[in-house]
Amino acid sequence: MTALGRIWLALLLGFLYLPVIVLVVMAFNASPLYALPFVFSLRWFAALPTDEAILAATRNSVLIAVVTCVLATSIGTLAALALSRNTFRGRTVLQLLLLPPIAIPWLIIGTAMLVFFYWSGIGRGLHSMIIGHVALAIPYVVLVIGPGLHSLPENVEDAAKSLGSTPLHAFFAVTLPLLAPSVAAAALFAFAVSLDQFVISYFLSEPGVTTLPVQIYGAIRSGFTPEINAISTVLLGASLLLLLLFARLADFGGFIGRR
Amino acid sequence: MPPDGQTRSRLPPPSLATAGLLAPAYLWMTIAVFLPLAAMLYFSLLTRAPFGNRPAAFTLENYLAFVRRPYLLRVAWTSISLGLWTTGLCALLGWPAALALARTVGGRARGALFLLIVLPFWTNGLVRIFSWTMVLSEGGLLDQAVRLAFPGLRPGEILYSYPAIVIGLVHAYLPYMVLTSYVSIASINPAIIEAAQSLGARVPVLFATVLLPLSLPGLLSGAVLIFVPVLGSFMEPRILGGRVGVTMGTVIEDQFTQAFNWPLGAALSFTMLALVLAMFALLAAAMRLRTAP
Repeated sequence: MTALGRIWLALLLGFLYLPVIVLVVMAFNASPLYALPFVFSLRWFAALPTDEAILAATRNSVLIAVVTCVLATSIGTLAALALSRNTFRGRTVLQLLLLPPIAIPWLIIGTAMLVFFYWSGIGRGLHSMIIGHVALAIPYVVLVIGPGLHSLPENVEDAAKSLGSTPLHAFFAVTLPLLAPSVAAAALFAFAVSLDQFVISYFLSEPGVTTLPVQIYGAIRSGFTPEINAISTVLLGASLLLLLLFARLADFGGFIGRR
Repeated sequence: MPPDGQTRSRLPPPSLATAGLLAPAYLWMTIAVFLPLAAMLYFSLLTRAPFGNRPAAFTLENYLAFVRRPYLLRVAWTSISLGLWTTGLCALLGWPAALALARTVGGRARGALFLLIVLPFWTNGLVRIFSWTMVLSEGGLLDQAVRLAFPGLRPGEILYSYPAIVIGLVHAYLPYMVLTSYVSIASINPAIIEAAQSLGARVPVLFATVLLPLSLPGLLSGAVLIFVPVLGSFMEPRILGGRVGVTMGTVIEDQFTQAFNWPLGAALSFTMLALVLAMFALLAAAMRLRTAP
């Protein structure tokens, strides 16, 4: 039974990782037609810095991700504080209202944003992609920080206040440092959500103003070379790095290991 | 007078502080999510998009699309059957994996394996779908492997077919099923399993009467979490399905990016949203039924 289970897990991991490994290997293959035998080459990576469209899209992606990360983390942290500290009427409704951006297919949210932003004059482009990405990331931030808040000792802030701290000072001097790992994890999560987001960006991008995933999608549909594998490999590497950091901060492995 | 009435006098009223903390998040979500959904509802009831000075009138015509354009019924069925195949295969592959994870590995290895299963999930979905074109195309990995193993066979192209879309979608959403199934399997009290075994339950009986029923909530939530986004998928069928890949998702995308029939696109989006909400309501009802005594 045990052996069977382990074989099953190994096969599952093979299925999950095999295509991605092929994609990465092909980024290092010299042939523009993905032809075998494999000949190691860095030419596709070397071509990236000369590709103006991919460079511009990369700059946009990073810019949007940084802005999204800062805005969503600060706004989401405030909301998490209110939602997990106080009980008040309508709290359940407010918590439910966080779910649509996570639960509704992005196609529906993305087309709705396109309709509203275009119609209201907000328009498309970098700023509207940021508006969209922040809205997507806020619920994740609240969900990541909420448990962190609950595990804080409840009375340390009161202790600081009774020793003469103002509420604001108590928050910055006591609560925030204790909460720092959760906030950092949420920030990484928000950054990754934005960096990997495709559907919302696709509907809100303008000709000439795209993000990396939108650019990759365009290339896949109009004929591509291993250069797309190379930039995909870079993107994969970036998200893996972010998520390993996240797992470390959120103590994900430890949490699962204990159960 | 509440017991803490005196300390409160120094602070802003708690309700005001709470409102202040919540306002930025919910204002943002209103502008970026709730108003857009309302605007889309409005558009779906118009004869044409209200841009420029072209007159637009109210109509329910867009919601009759399935009656007026019967081919849409076939497209809708394609989307639903894609959802059913993907969900079913994910359950078939993911539930045993979750069981194996919970029962056959322990400690640090379990944490590491868990992370490995969930990790690709948070990498770019588009890139992972793209990676299947390397495997499934003619001359791709699978083609080459089959030719090597069975020299007579010419499997050719699997890409641009219905199975290719299903494979890509299963690959994309499998971690969800492992995750939700694992959580509910791990919460089963081992004493129940031991009790069943000591009473003589063989493995199939154990599966059918203990493990499967007790982990049903995980299977159900996994199923909904997978079925819903598959219903709205459009880039997966486009990349892996080619001409075959016409789904509700691609039809809706077309209305906004090619045909520029925004009212029709909005009505189709809202029909899909209704279906999605119905699924969540059903799931919530099923969960309540189970937790009720």
